[in-house]
Amino acid sequence: MRKRNWIVIIYILFLLLPIYWLVAMSFKTTGEILSGFSLFPQTWTFDNYRVIFTDPSWYWGYINSIAYVSLNTVISIAVALPAAYAFSRYRFLGDKQLFFWLLTNRMAPAAVFALPFFQLYSAVGLFDTYWAVALAHCLFNIPLAVWILEGFMSGVPVELDETAYVDGYSFPRFFITIFLPTISSGVGVAAFFCFMFSWVELLLAKTLTAVAAKPIAATMTKTASSAGYELGLLAAAGTLTIIPGAIVIYFVRNYIAKGFALGRV
Amino acid sequence: MKVENQKAWYFVMPVLLLVAFNALIPMMTVVNYSVQETFGDNLFFWQGLDWFEKLLRSERFHAALGRQFLFTGTILAIEVPLGVIIALAMPRKGFWVPVCLVTMALPMLIPWNVVGAMWNIFTLPDIGLLGYVMNHTLGINYNMTQDPLAAWITIIVMDVWHWTSLVALLSYAGLVSIPDAYYQAAKIDGASAWSVFRFIQLPKMKQVLIIAVLLRFMDSFNIYTEPFVLTGGGPGNSTTLLSIDLEKMALGQFDLGPAAAMSLIYFAITLLASWLFYTLMTRNN
Repeated sequence: MRKRNWIVIIYILFLLLPIYWLVAMSFKTTGEILSGFSLFPQTWTFDNYRVIFTDPSWYWGYINSIAYVSLNTVISIAVALPAAYAFSRYRFLGDKQLFFWLLTNRMAPAAVFALPFFQLYSAVGLFDTYWAVALAHCLFNIPLAVWILEGFMSGVPVELDETAYVDGYSFPRFFITIFLPTISSGVGVAAFFCFMFSWVELLLAKTLTAVAAKPIAATMTKTASSAGYELGLLAAAGTLTIIPGAIVIYFVRNYIAKGFALGRV
Repeated sequence: MKVENQKAWYFVMPVLLLVAFNALIPMMTVVNYSVQETFGDNLFFWQGLDWFEKLLRSERFHAALGRQFLFTGTILAIEVPLGVIIALAMPRKGFWVPVCLVTMALPMLIPWNVVGAMWNIFTLPDIGLLGYVMNHTLGINYNMTQDPLAAWITIIVMDVWHWTSLVALLSYAGLVSIPDAYYQAAKIDGASAWSVFRFIQLPKMKQVLIIAVLLRFMDSFNIYTEPFVLTGGGPGNSTTLLSIDLEKMALGQFDLGPAAAMSLIYFAITLLASWLFYTLMTRNN
């Protein structure tokens, strides 16, 4: 038993070390970082965070990221709900092929789509808007949401639907007042995964934006290359990107595996 | 039983339209480029299948593909057994369960370029924790911007750090679904720890492990941002994986034809893997 615990403890330490280093770095002054190695910040400073919260080019990055991520989550869930219901309750012509085709888009390499996406969204006049990134991320988030929701919906017995219809419920009324509350944890998990994959993706988000909708992640890469070694600032920005995930993860901790298995555990 | 109902198509229509807009139009653009040559100014010339032929014979593509398979193979060989071992060692109930679940999931929620930047800061020779310990405490000469082997080890350790939890969490979900009665029966039979693992735990984990392996295969095959931020594909071309090479060709050199041909071959490989994934996953349903 004791040996087992050590495996987990060592693994978790291994996970936390780079994160600790990032956070520690964000509280150091540039002078301290460049002057040499120190395990803890010698002189604590909040300057790096102050810069991020006062400089519009920094904090707008966060606002932009959150804006397109939220937009994407709402769109993905809204269109995935009826589709997942159809897949879980009905047989129809081409259902299996369609389901598989959706999955292939979850697997498509983003690098393949970067340039055509740029041209497509420029052509329809959405380049550098939240909509461009939110819609582009639908490519992999809608399939994900459909799969996860279908997994949860298939766990609900069809008798629930039938009883409601016998009781005289119309479909929309049944779906909103009875079915949605029943699968609310599934909706939560699907929303979490859409949020997460839209939040961590950078390649498409960077390709589809220039100034107005630029994500925080892209602001960071620019700092890393142009302003030389502002490591403390970079570390502070990085630390702030971890926080949203760390907050929401607690609520879905028991469903993480189910989400990753696309609703199939 | 599912009812046959063609009206279900109305329900899937929004999904179909949105995904098709994002998938089919860009895909046709890629197909279009892959059979043409351009000299800029929107002048295109028919090129047939030349790009495909050239690409399949080019050293550069073979090298990138080789590196990609080496990378994917290595991380699978490490992450899958390690993830299973960790899942077996995790506590089943009590206060530490949520603590384990949350900390283990944390790396997966960090934006990919922050993962790269974080590991960059972590491994800087004189400033980073790992770099400092390696160079000054252990006396091992470690500098991943100059040494290809160090760069390789670093991107592999980074991926293990980033994604082993996925395998562990999936295996754990499989493990906790085993009823206690199975273990009690094994105890009565006097089964060894190994036979419990081999005949009770492994079969229960099989389905989720298939999912984990294939997700890891595909995501690592498509990996771009993390190694790009960490090593930029260098030193030299030593860590230029398939996606990085593709982006160098498409956005760096603007060789649209060859890049498009490469995209299609790349996509074909992922598609084949997806099909395998789907078949294995739905077989038992």
